[in-house]
Amino acid sequence: MDPPMDFQVVVLAGGTSDKLSPLVSKELPKALLPVANKPLLSYPLELLEASNLKNIIVVVEGDEAATQVESWLSVAYMDRLNVEVVKTPGDVGTVGAIRAVAPFLISTDILIVSGDLVSDISPGAIAATHRRHGAAVTALFCPAPVSGGADSSTSGGKDKAKKPSRCNIVGLDPTRQFLLHVVSGAKVEKDIHIQKRIVRAVGQMEIRSDFMDAHVYAFKRTVLLDVLEKENLYSIKQDVLPYLVRTQLRSEISAKKENSADESSNGATKELPSEDININSAVPSNQNLRWLSQHREIAPSSYQDIHISDCDKNKSRLAKKTHKCCIYLSGKTQYCARLNSVQAFGDINRDMLGEASRITGYTFSAQNNVVHPTVVQGAKTTAGGQCIIAEGTILGDKCSVKRSVIGRHCRIGSNVKIVNSIVMNHITIEDNCTIQGSVISSNVQIQERASLKDCQVSAGYVITAGSEYKSEPLTKR
Amino acid sequence: MAQKKGGKSAASDDPEELARTPLQAVLLADTFNLKFRPITLERPKVLLPLVNTPMIDYTLAWLESVGVEEVFLFCCAHAEQVKEYIGNSHWGQSHAGFSITTIESNFSMSAGDALRFIEGKNVIRGDFILITGDTISNMSLTEALQAHKDRRKKDPDTVMTMFVKRSKPMPLTHQTRLGNDEIMMAIDPETKQLLYYEDRFDCSKRAVTLDKSLLADNASLYLRTDLEDCCIDICSPEVLTIFLDNFDYQHLRRHFVKGLLHDDIMGKKIYTHEIDSSYTARVDNYRSYDTISKDIIQRWSFPLVPDVLYAGNRAQMRLQREGIYKAPDVTLSPSVRIGAFTAIGSGTIIGENSSVSNSVIGELCTIGRNVSIDGCYIWDSVTIEDGCRLSHSIVCDGVHLHTGATLEPGVILSFKVEVGQNITVPAYSKVSLLPQPSKQDSDEELEYADTNSGIIDSPSIASISPANIEHDHVSSFDTEQSVLLEGGLSGVGYIWTSCETGNEEEWRYSVAPIPVEKLKEFYAKMFDEDESSSDGEQTGITHSGELISESKSTDFDDSDGEYKGDVSKFEKEVEETFERALGGVAEENVQLEINSLRMSFNVTHAECAGAVFQSVIKSAIIASNSSKSNLLKATIDAIERSKGLLSYFITNVDEEIEVILKFEEMCMEITREFAPIFSSVLHQLYDKEVITEDAILKWESEKADADESDKVFVKQSEAFLKVFSHLNFSTGVSVLQRLYGAMTSLKLL
Repeated sequence: MDPPMDFQVVVLAGGTSDKLSPLVSKELPKALLPVANKPLLSYPLELLEASNLKNIIVVVEGDEAATQVESWLSVAYMDRLNVEVVKTPGDVGTVGAIRAVAPFLISTDILIVSGDLVSDISPGAIAATHRRHGAAVTALFCPAPVSGGADSSTSGGKDKAKKPSRCNIVGLDPTRQFLLHVVSGAKVEKDIHIQKRIVRAVGQMEIRSDFMDAHVYAFKRTVLLDVLEKENLYSIKQDVLPYLVRTQLRSEISAKKENSADESSNGATKELPSEDININSAVPSNQNLRWLSQHREIAPSSYQDIHISDCDKNKSRLAKKTHKCCIYLSGKTQYCARLNSVQAFGDINRDMLGEASRITGYTFSAQNNVVHPTVVQGAKTTAGGQCIIAEGTILGDKCSVKRSVIGRHCRIGSNVKIVNSIVMNHITIEDNCTIQGSVISSNVQIQERASLKDCQVSAGYVITAGSEYKSEPLTKR
Repeated sequence: MAQKKGGKSAASDDPEELARTPLQAVLLADTFNLKFRPITLERPKVLLPLVNTPMIDYTLAWLESVGVEEVFLFCCAHAEQVKEYIGNSHWGQSHAGFSITTIESNFSMSAGDALRFIEGKNVIRGDFILITGDTISNMSLTEALQAHKDRRKKDPDTVMTMFVKRSKPMPLTHQTRLGNDEIMMAIDPETKQLLYYEDRFDCSKRAVTLDKSLLADNASLYLRTDLEDCCIDICSPEVLTIFLDNFDYQHLRRHFVKGLLHDDIMGKKIYTHEIDSSYTARVDNYRSYDTISKDIIQRWSFPLVPDVLYAGNRAQMRLQREGIYKAPDVTLSPSVRIGAFTAIGSGTIIGENSSVSNSVIGELCTIGRNVSIDGCYIWDSVTIEDGCRLSHSIVCDGVHLHTGATLEPGVILSFKVEVGQNITVPAYSKVSLLPQPSKQDSDEELEYADTNSGIIDSPSIASISPANIEHDHVSSFDTEQSVLLEGGLSGVGYIWTSCETGNEEEWRYSVAPIPVEKLKEFYAKMFDEDESSSDGEQTGITHSGELISESKSTDFDDSDGEYKGDVSKFEKEVEETFERALGGVAEENVQLEINSLRMSFNVTHAECAGAVFQSVIKSAIIASNSSKSNLLKATIDAIERSKGLLSYFITNVDEEIEVILKFEEMCMEITREFAPIFSSVLHQLYDKEVITEDAILKWESEKADADESDKVFVKQSEAFLKVFSHLNFSTGVSVLQRLYGAMTSLKLL
């Protein structure tokens, strides 16, 4: 395995997001929401561990959530990762979260990962790209999911009428390595303004609206800390990244960076190389070199000589005033999704059963399902393909489970149909129930003959016998 | 030629096109601009020699090579000369690869007019190639033509395929190489449809704005500045109709292309075809003339090179080592030094110890001894006497340089000019026998107008020039047109003042290499642009470099920016109006004018009051001579003078507060000199009853929660405010206000 990189990772685990109500609660923060019977946070953590990125700070919003996450982490990752939990008050935004951990940041580069990322893209590759370019920031972008329809994320480009949802507008250089323009949030729907001189510097900018910011960023620490000093920042995605991208040719942070670099080099043994050295020491491909020469040194070399000889001071000032913003684009075959809505929760769980099952780490049986050996199945009960049933669950007679996830220690009566649903832990489902396309949180009791279609049921809810619900969130009053 | 069958087979492969139309081309033998003045006063641009062959020959040779069967040659300026040339050349003969028809119009002022005229002739039956007579190319058309036809079959709204070429990657070089402006295009990566076109890079706008609908329709697009427009298009017959329908379309790109791109209703589509390896360029100005000549000598345009393409009746030049082209009957003295990449036309004689490098010399020239020629374009029958030095100049037919004359870089000598002994022609001068047309017709607005056509000029040619030529020897010209060659024994010619581009831009379009200082300037300018472009409204960065959160204020950002722009424009207008008012316009009229401005700009009463006040203060600055005591006095005077106007516009408390805020803002930003006397002026305003105590108190309380930096002026006025609240108390007016003020000042402490 590669030696650990000098990267600190900040995982933004969030708190109890409103977008995920009624699934999350104080008892079950977003980070611990089960995805294919594993807490959501375990996905980014496993991914980081696989890249040998083990210095991790997890930022959690809210005290109770933090406690929950901390206790889970201490059991699950105690001996494997160097994890610390930092709590922040709610509603400080991603920038607020980073500000909270700023005192703990010591390594050269910081990787910021969203805690709701379910993906198989190697963060190590992003970190390596970041290092190779000596970038101020490197952001991960993945193809935007196709919107509309329940089975949207699997439908790919089958239906031409369905356009990919527009999450971001990005401008890329011809080699697709550098991020030249980024628009996110509400501005996506507006006219876009692109700075001419950035286009001029590269000659050709590819503008795409079908990529999505996956909320994985590698920052140079000094840059990040500089930016954090500015006011009025709320979100990394909507404020910090656009700011850095916009100012890449007239950087305001670089000058400061130089100083802080000096400071850090005094104390630490590891010296932050200056930008120029970084360019030389990198081993870019030919194309990359060509681009760099265009992007970094706007004047052609012969003219530059004139310039250097004459306006030496000027030149060095100019040279300092740029920083690089890189982009890491995920491949088409790689999976990348963020669990930030109830819809996404359902989609991701289904993807875990289907196309992205490799991420779960389970071994699927010949029937293409995962049934824990301790599961008790009654007579004529069938667990179809793309199912996961966790330990201790008991199924009655003549049950049918298709394309669903069932958690631990559930008691399921006879003649129950569960299709396309997520059933969490410790749930009781009595006889003759039908559950379709629904999410049932832990400790729910569903009495006999109940029928649920496309519902989200909050924890501890009791569904009375014979009741029928369709497309409703059901929460405890 | 070799590729001839390309065009034909492309057309005949198409089974649906049974009634096959021959491939037609419209060749515009007029460029409708003045960039080659003064040379083009006497000869049309398309007949100017490019490495000793008229430009139009290159274009026609290319058209022949790509299989064009019918050429419609549109002539306007100097139509007779063009027609005569075509008639005498082999192009007009029956054995040429195509039939050539000349269409003549004396009234066309632009490419748009020309196309409307051609439409009227009703000769175009199918897709045609639109090209100007100054375009050099060796590309193959087959692929693009086929692609165009395929697209048309799928979508009848396809009207045009534009050829584009990747230019040099360095921004500095690709602009300066051909002297063109940068072009910004947005192209769909898959269909190659042109989505956005912007030429004449507007430096004041630092960002391109792409309409949201563009991205809504296309998931991705390329925004490119690294393309050159080849100025060759494949057009559908509809193009002519569109020109007819839009009678205001003049310029092919600026009006036609942009017009179609902005027009959502018609939905006409323009596509691009990028050529990669072949050569295409257009002689647009002197710089591109220079560049393209060198490209031709270096054989980038093969087979359109001097030793292959030659239609003259004299001996043809042959290629020798080091890129030297020489006609066999050139007479060189043994001591002549010929440098690399030089062409010397037939019948030319060069004397002892002369040196020629990087230059083109035409036919039948006589060059004396000890002459040095570097980077020059010397056309036919030029006489250069001993000891002349020429660098980077264009010397037209029949010019005579007397002994010891020197041409500095960038000089253009038009036909038959004479330069006297030991005269130095300064850099970038343009000399012609014809006087410069008077100012009116060199107006920039006439850029598309074809003053070359002789309608305007011919009287001056007829009446003035003969007289002048006689006078030339004694150098007596009318004063307006500056004259050179003073002191010369036999100088003949007018020096033109550069009217069109302005002197400072001269270097950009000249044949001379760009001086180092200019490059530096240019380079620095590019960075200055970068520096100064804090482009606040779009990017959320204010001038102080602070960042405005986008996530929180996204919805207001853009509209706000626009709005602010309007207000500042409004303020400027008001200021101008006010200045006029100082010149003695009746007050009622000024009121009326400002009111109508207010309505047309749709600004609030308060903003209007602020603007009026600002104008008053600015007039005070002008009146004072920037000393502090003067300033205060001038301000008082200005306020006194405009009291009526101010009280007309400042009617209620809100407007008064706006005025105070405006004043504060001015003191902090534009007119810092007012900062020290802020409180005195405030006092004056109060004394003159322009603003009331209510407004001042409100202003104070408004400022109570502001940042420390914002409170500078409140503090400054503290003494005044104290007196004031005391006064207020005694009169018993607005006790509540006072209380509120007191409370807030408590909070302050």
